[in-house]
Amino acid sequence: MTSMDFLLFAKGPMFSIAVAIFALGILVRLFEILALGRAHNYAAARGNEIIPGLKTVYRRFNPDPGTFKRSTFDVVVGTLWHVGFVIVLLLFIPHIELIESTLGLGWPGLPNPIVDALTAITLLGLVAVLIHRFKHPVKRFLSTREDYLIWLVTFLPVLTGYLAYHRLINPYPLALGLHILAAEIFLIVLPFTKLTHIFTAFLARYYNGAIFGRKGIQS
Amino acid sequence: MATSKTLGESLRQHGVSRRGFLKFCAATASMMALPPTMAPAIAKALEQARRPSVIWLSFQECTGCTESLTRSFSPTVENLIFDVISLDYHHTLQAAAGDAAEHAREQAMTLNAGEYLVVVDGSLPGPRANPGYSTIAGISNYEMLMETIEGAAAVVAVGTCAAFGGLPKANPNPTGAVSVQDLVKHKPVINVSGCPPVPMVITGVLAQFLTFGTLPELDEHGRPRAFFGQSIHDRCYRRPFYDKGRFAETFDDEGAKAGWCLYRLGCKGPMTYNACATMKWNGGTSWPIEAGYPCLGCSEPDFWDAGRFYKSLSVPTGAPGDLLVTAGAVGAAVGVGAGLMSRQQSKHAVERHDTVTADQLEETL
Ligand code: HEM
Ligand code: SF4
Ligand code: SF4
Repeated sequence: MTSMDFLLFAKGPMFSIAVAIFALGILVRLFEILALGRAHNYAAARGNEIIPGLKTVYRRFNPDPGTFKRSTFDVVVGTLWHVGFVIVLLLFIPHIELIESTLGLGWPGLPNPIVDALTAITLLGLVAVLIHRFKHPVKRFLSTREDYLIWLVTFLPVLTGYLAYHRLINPYPLALGLHILAAEIFLIVLPFTKLTHIFTAFLARYYNGAIFGRKGIQS
Repeated sequence: MATSKTLGESLRQHGVSRRGFLKFCAATASMMALPPTMAPAIAKALEQARRPSVIWLSFQECTGCTESLTRSFSPTVENLIFDVISLDYHHTLQAAAGDAAEHAREQAMTLNAGEYLVVVDGSLPGPRANPGYSTIAGISNYEMLMETIEGAAAVVAVGTCAAFGGLPKANPNPTGAVSVQDLVKHKPVINVSGCPPVPMVITGVLAQFLTFGTLPELDEHGRPRAFFGQSIHDRCYRRPFYDKGRFAETFDDEGAKAGWCLYRLGCKGPMTYNACATMKWNGGTSWPIEAGYPCLGCSEPDFWDAGRFYKSLSVPTGAPGDLLVTAGAVGAAVGVGAGLMSRQQSKHAVERHDTVTADQLEETL
């Protein structure tokens, strides 16, 4: 298998397989949660559900002061690399070209140097959180194999993207093939691990806000 | 026929000045990544080289490669070097036809056994394909290739069709076309890919063979590293625009006029290894990207099937759209089913006043 065969495999059949597994898996997950619904609340509603629900989706982006004080590192570094990851994924021009060709939706991107800087920050952030996880006795105790697996699965697309962009792996078809494969593994693993939080976090926040909203309390 | 005349003599006879010849040698040295001090050695070796016999076989091809070579800004030294090569057999260029032509080929093979070069342009129907898709003088391409290479020193596959199968091999490959390297296993094969290859690269490879009598160092695709060692993107003069993220989005927008990077117009330069960016075309006049046109990746294997010409390099080659919709619909249906089932279960559990312990809960995590 030459590097070009590998790239064409990653860009062709493997990509289709990966997005199909991803779409199937994530929709099973989300529709299962939605169809499950919530226990019926017989008490009279004291307030609206929808507005507080949506508000909470947004409000949870801001850590409450207590959490910030107790886990400054997690909040700061965690936010940093999450933001970096999402921006690189959604605003890098080659990615937009890919999304546009697959979903028919496009938007303006960021200049490459900015994406590149964010990539570096994301990579450093991910390494830092891993070290922190190792060093922190409680975090270490709580960590399962799955936690390390999803760290790796998240780290590899960013790392291989950086290596491809800077042409640090030769020949280039191998570099790009590895990057695309890493992204595909990320997509395949996503619906079946904690990575589903990318979608379910927002659902959970909404439910949370809605439940409290109904009770007339701020969540 | 091969004569004992040396290349130097022939060149002088063709009116090539010593200066022009040395200039060519210097260019060859730099192409082969040799220090300029090697130029005189190359000149000496070339001058004394005997005209090698070359048998040129054209199979499933469009003659573009021969055109590229013979129409390269004439008269260049490269051109003349090529003229003085004893081209004993070339379907397109030779005057003889039919039996006489085949006879010339056979004679060259016996006279120069073990020494001649075979140049192939075009792919050919493989041994299991219908040979009728391409024959010459009633001989199948496969048979002619295998017979001709028997006494060859090396085989040079000129053009992407010969090197990798090219257009004839593109999906769905109706003629069962294969490349030369798919068939020739016991002789060295040098792939000079490109659709067509840069003329200087063809002559450069021949010149290197003549000069050193050695075969060039090859990359994973059997291409000489001297010419195919660097990607178009790494030598592209538009690279600063790529690095700044300035892209032309249509062929006539402001970006295109300002000469910005052609990535979004489908440029395959990042994955393409060829000498266009440094050696340029038409005697060094310009090259596709300089003319505002994205690189198609013509020197790479499977370039016809490696993504649409005007789609970015990052765009997948399949059409996952339909699959995505189907998978999504199935996923949604299964999800709703699973959710409703769990709902029933929990309803029954409530009715039966089932209890659950912390350990049981932990198990479900
Ligand atoms: C299958 C989906 C993907 C494809 C086809 C793809 C394609 C690409 C391409 C073509 C590049 C440019 C490389 C270069 O310029 O040489 C790139 C860079 C990059 N990609 Fe992806 N990518 C995909 C998914 C992802 C994912 C899921 C991530 C995770 C965030 C990611 C992160 C990156 C990063 C960090 C870079 C380097 C950016 C830089 O350093 O400036 N990619 N990708
Ligand atoms: S035009 Fe093509 S080869 Fe040149 S910098 Fe842009 S992507 Fe690379
Ligand atoms: S620029 Fe690209 S497509 Fe054009 S001739 Fe060169 S390698 Fe081939």
